[in-house]
Amino acid sequence: MVQSLDRLKESASQTAGPYVHIGCTPNFSGIEGVFPQDLGASMLNAEARGERIRIVGRVFDGVGAALKDAMVEIWQADADGLYPSPQETRGTADANFTGFGRSAGDMATGEFIFETIKPGRVPFKDGRPQAPHVTLWIVARGINIGLHTRLYFGDEAAANEADPILSRIEHRSRVSTLIAPKTLEGGVPTYRHDIVLQGDKETIFFDI
Amino acid sequence: MSGGSFYQRDRSWHPPAYAPTYKTSVTRSPQKALIALDNTLSEMTGPVFGHDMLGPLDDDLIANFAKDGDPIGQRIIVHGRVLDEDGRPVPGALIEVWQANAGGRYRHKKETYLAPLDPNFGGCGRTISAEDGSYRFRTIKPGPYPWPNGPNDWRPAHIHFSIFGHGFAQRLITQMYFEGDPLIWLCPIVSTIPDKAAIERLIAPLDMANTVPMDARAYKFDIVLRGRRSTLFENRKEGN
Repeated sequence: MVQSLDRLKESASQTAGPYVHIGCTPNFSGIEGVFPQDLGASMLNAEARGERIRIVGRVFDGVGAALKDAMVEIWQADADGLYPSPQETRGTADANFTGFGRSAGDMATGEFIFETIKPGRVPFKDGRPQAPHVTLWIVARGINIGLHTRLYFGDEAAANEADPILSRIEHRSRVSTLIAPKTLEGGVPTYRHDIVLQGDKETIFFDI
Repeated sequence: MSGGSFYQRDRSWHPPAYAPTYKTSVTRSPQKALIALDNTLSEMTGPVFGHDMLGPLDDDLIANFAKDGDPIGQRIIVHGRVLDEDGRPVPGALIEVWQANAGGRYRHKKETYLAPLDPNFGGCGRTISAEDGSYRFRTIKPGPYPWPNGPNDWRPAHIHFSIFGHGFAQRLITQMYFEGDPLIWLCPIVSTIPDKAAIERLIAPLDMANTVPMDARAYKFDIVLRGRRSTLFENRKEGN
C-alpha cells in the first residue's frame, strides 16, 4: 500500500429535472414573493460600458424539437475583457456589468434571450488573445450533467481565425456550431445561437 | 485564495449523458466526444454572490411562501459544508434548492400529479456558504412521487441543489436523497450514476445531534466541488 492522496470525489451530478425553474427562476415559473427578482435576469445597468447586444437561441434535441424546459446560463467578460472575480488580476471589471446571465427560455417556444454587451478579449493561458466569446452552461430534464459550450461572434472572423481554441478543433466542419451570426433585430445587434444536443449538427461541447 | 485551473473532472464518476433507462436522456445526450479545453480565465472565474443579496427568509422554505400558517409535513433542517476535492471549505458558494411539497407535488404549471398543492409551500430557497463552508436551511421533507418514465416509476424523496463555487467550471446541479428511502435503489435517475459509492455520497444521513428537540429533525449533506491548482506554480514559465 502507498499513502492516500486524501482527495475527495466531486459530488456526482444529477439532472436538473423538469422543474429547474422553480429553484433557479421562481418568478418566471409563477412563484412570486419569495425572491424580489430572478437571479441573472439583468446583467447590466445604463452606465455599463460597451456595445449593447442581444443573444438569442433555442436548444434542440436529437429529433429536432426545441426544448421548453431548459435553463441556459452565460458567463462573459466586460467590454475590456475583464471578469468581476477575485481571480481577475489584470484590472477591475466594470461595476455596472455582472457578466452573469440566466434564462429559462420562453415556455411556448423555448427561446432564450440575453440582453448584454459584447465582451472584450481575454488571454489564453500563454498570453495570446482569445477571440471574444461567451461561456454557456445548459441544463434540462434528460441532461445528466450540465453542458459547457461557447459562443463566438460571427462578425469577428479574423479573431476567430486566430483563436487558440477554435484553431485547434480537428473537425473544421464543426467549428461553425460555436459561431453565432449577427443580425439586426429591432435596431439591436442580435446574435442568434441555436444549440443542438445531438446528431449531425451537434454543437461542440467542452470538457473544461 | 488559490486561483488556478481545476482538476480534471472524473467523468466515469458522473452519470454518462446517454443513460437509456432514463428515457429523456436518449435524445438529449451529445454523441460526439467532448473537446478538452484547458481552463482559461473564462472557466477559472465565476460570478461572486454576496450575502447582501439574501432576504431573511430565503433559507426558510417553511416560512418563505407561507400565507396563513405553516406548510403541512415533516419539519426538517438540511445542513452541511461545501468543500473542494482537497477538503478545503468553499466559502461564498451560492446554493439554490427546489423540491416537491410533503405530498410529492411541485408548484409548477406543467406538473400533473394528482396530489394537492400546499397553499403555504412554494418549494424554493437559497443560501450562501459561510467562511467555513457551512450552510443550512429549513424546510418540509418532500414526498416521493410517480413520474412518466416506465409505467410505474417513482422518484425517491429528494431536494434539488444548484451550486456555484468560485469558478464557472465548478458549476454543478445535483440531488440530495434521504437515508433509508427504499425508492433510491429503484430510481432510473439515481441509477444513471454508475458507481454505488457516488450514489451513497448523495444520501443525507439523519443527524440527531443537530436535530432541534420537539421541532425539526436534521439531515446532513456535504457537497464537494472540483478542486483547483495553486496559481503559484501554474503561472511559472519553463526555465524560471
